[in-house]
Amino acid sequence: MNQTISKKVVQLSHGGGGKEMNHLIKDLFFKAFDNPILRSEEDAAVLHFNGDVAFTTDSFTVAPLFFSGGDIGKLSIAGTVNDLAMMAAEPQYLSCSFIIEEGFEIAKLKTIVESMAKELKQSGARIVCGDTKVVPRGCADGLFINTTGVGRILQKGISVKSVTDDDVIIVSRDIGRHGAAILMAREGLTLDSELTSDCATLWPIVEQLIAANIEIHAMRDATRGGLSAVLNEWALASDVEINVHEEAIPVCDEVRGLCELYGFEPFDLANEGTFILAVPKKSADATLEIMKRFCHCEQAAIIGDVNQNRKGKVILNTPWGSTRYLDLPQGELLPRIC
Amino acid sequence: MIALTELYKGFRDPEVIRSLAKEIANYASLVDGSVNIMEVCGGHTHTIMKYGLNQLLPDNIDFIHGPGCPVCIMPKERIDHAAALASLPNTILVTLGDMIRVPGSKGSLANYRANGCDIRPIYDPLDTLQIAIDNPNKTVVFFAIGFETSTPMTAVLIDQAEQRQINNLVFHINHVLVPPAIDAVMADPNVKVNAFIGPAHVSVISGAKVYRPAVTDYNTPVVVSGFEPVDVMQSILMIVKQKAASKAELENQYSRSVSEDGNLAAQKMVNRYFKVRDNFRWRGLGPIPSSALMLREEYAHRDAELVFAAHLPTDEIDDHKACQCGDILRGLCKPKDCKVFGRGCTPETPLGSCMVSSEGACNAYYRYNGVTE
Repeated sequence: MNQTISKKVVQLSHGGGGKEMNHLIKDLFFKAFDNPILRSEEDAAVLHFNGDVAFTTDSFTVAPLFFSGGDIGKLSIAGTVNDLAMMAAEPQYLSCSFIIEEGFEIAKLKTIVESMAKELKQSGARIVCGDTKVVPRGCADGLFINTTGVGRILQKGISVKSVTDDDVIIVSRDIGRHGAAILMAREGLTLDSELTSDCATLWPIVEQLIAANIEIHAMRDATRGGLSAVLNEWALASDVEINVHEEAIPVCDEVRGLCELYGFEPFDLANEGTFILAVPKKSADATLEIMKRFCHCEQAAIIGDVNQNRKGKVILNTPWGSTRYLDLPQGELLPRIC
Repeated sequence: MIALTELYKGFRDPEVIRSLAKEIANYASLVDGSVNIMEVCGGHTHTIMKYGLNQLLPDNIDFIHGPGCPVCIMPKERIDHAAALASLPNTILVTLGDMIRVPGSKGSLANYRANGCDIRPIYDPLDTLQIAIDNPNKTVVFFAIGFETSTPMTAVLIDQAEQRQINNLVFHINHVLVPPAIDAVMADPNVKVNAFIGPAHVSVISGAKVYRPAVTDYNTPVVVSGFEPVDVMQSILMIVKQKAASKAELENQYSRSVSEDGNLAAQKMVNRYFKVRDNFRWRGLGPIPSSALMLREEYAHRDAELVFAAHLPTDEIDDHKACQCGDILRGLCKPKDCKVFGRGCTPETPLGSCMVSSEGACNAYYRYNGVTE
């Protein structure tokens, strides 16, 4: 009886380098991520590149592991793939490390790994190397995943420093969904809501923008720190003022409602499948036209423009004609008191 | 199901806000001198700054940001109490949101938490009940803060703990009262305040009547106001109309929820567990008589200040010398007049509590203000 129970969870031996570990790797990881480079089982993957390559890494520690609209697996692929995509790099090869807490359910691990495999298909990227560690109970919160990615750059010059005063700022969809979905799951809020995270792979959209020769000056997915963080980074790095209009920024009712309850601002909430672009005014319509072909970019919108007035600042214009700074979010996001 | 946005949409209508601004300007031109409105509550400060309402008003209307942020008025020694309680073995300290960022004399609760203390910020005070049930071998201390608005929630928590005999839950009570704070502000001979916006959520509990003495004692208009931009703009209009007619009356803008007498059931619950404390030291304002609540003697077994008296420091600790939170809370100066504002004192490294809470005047100025200057 004991044995049947223990078989269903990850044990320290699964990270020990022996038989159990081989089972886990072959039966689960190889099966899900199968490709010739991974299957060759060398000490390191051998890759071939011509020209400039983008290289990025990210660790995923989200709690809870499963949330409305995704899970840590989907997130760990989309996150790294998106970082490459935001540099106009075709996501090609990924590494993947698991740090698993002793006692983690194998069924859950399987669900997460399958979700990773499914998300990889969105971009065509492949996992070509990996690592598995099992740590004693209490030394990790269930499961942590690190993914690292490389890909060849298809359009050069995209940079936080490249925003000019001839640009418009475009947001790909309604903001704040991931942060709000996680908050709801974490706080155990029993709200009647169908809010889902925006977690998604952005490469297919970016690929089309590149194919259409859109001259992208800056592009970034608005992850932690949300829209505010991206715009502030651009304003500082490009030494420009970014001027956005509150009414133009798409926010869904659920996110607005949650922000009201907790005293947050949608601009500060994290996203995992929402990106911001700076493109020349003349390319704005073409950019929007391409983006709106994709279901999660139907709400893509121009939210502001750029000038040289108050360099380094982001200004938010209210619908009634007053203005304020849209500052970087600070500290932990804590619910307000009253 | 009604979407939350539907509930507030009308209160953020650009057309309504613009026409209110026009009306305010019309009446303000009829007023001799300036209208110095104290918005007592930090929530109103936040609305004014976040929505840029001050930019829509004529020059002779000014805001003075009052002492109505429960985090901002907490003196350092009370935060040290929280830190001392959190440092006790087998203890969980539970408190609300921003409180964990306020610096005490040796650090904030966030610092103590990083050093291993079990400190949990919550949203709903009743969550504390479950924490106490889940940890029967630990003492759970609820560090209670807030004005009249939040006190009933603590009272319900005590009531539940009593009824369900959850005996490992104790309370450190820091509930304070708005009317004595108004008196303390007005007692200063230099005070410029000549009108008040009263926090409506306080009146939802205590009734509009709590502000009546302020009207008669100081001959100032008081308008009980909601927290949406249209609410605040309408309240300003009501004040300016009174000023133009040289009146001083109590008016209730937030009539959708506030009555003259307030929520009697909540008041009864509060009275069952709390009584008025002789004295409470406010950060920036100093000691104010009868300005805070404490647990009644029958509940001494739940009073952390009595149960853990031996562990709690008793010295009063003043703020950093350069910090002008006190003058700001009394409306004698603006955050930007303070030498350390935005330099030594920022939301990441606050010297004074007004910079800590999202409802503090300094924090609101730091985040939102300065675009038009």
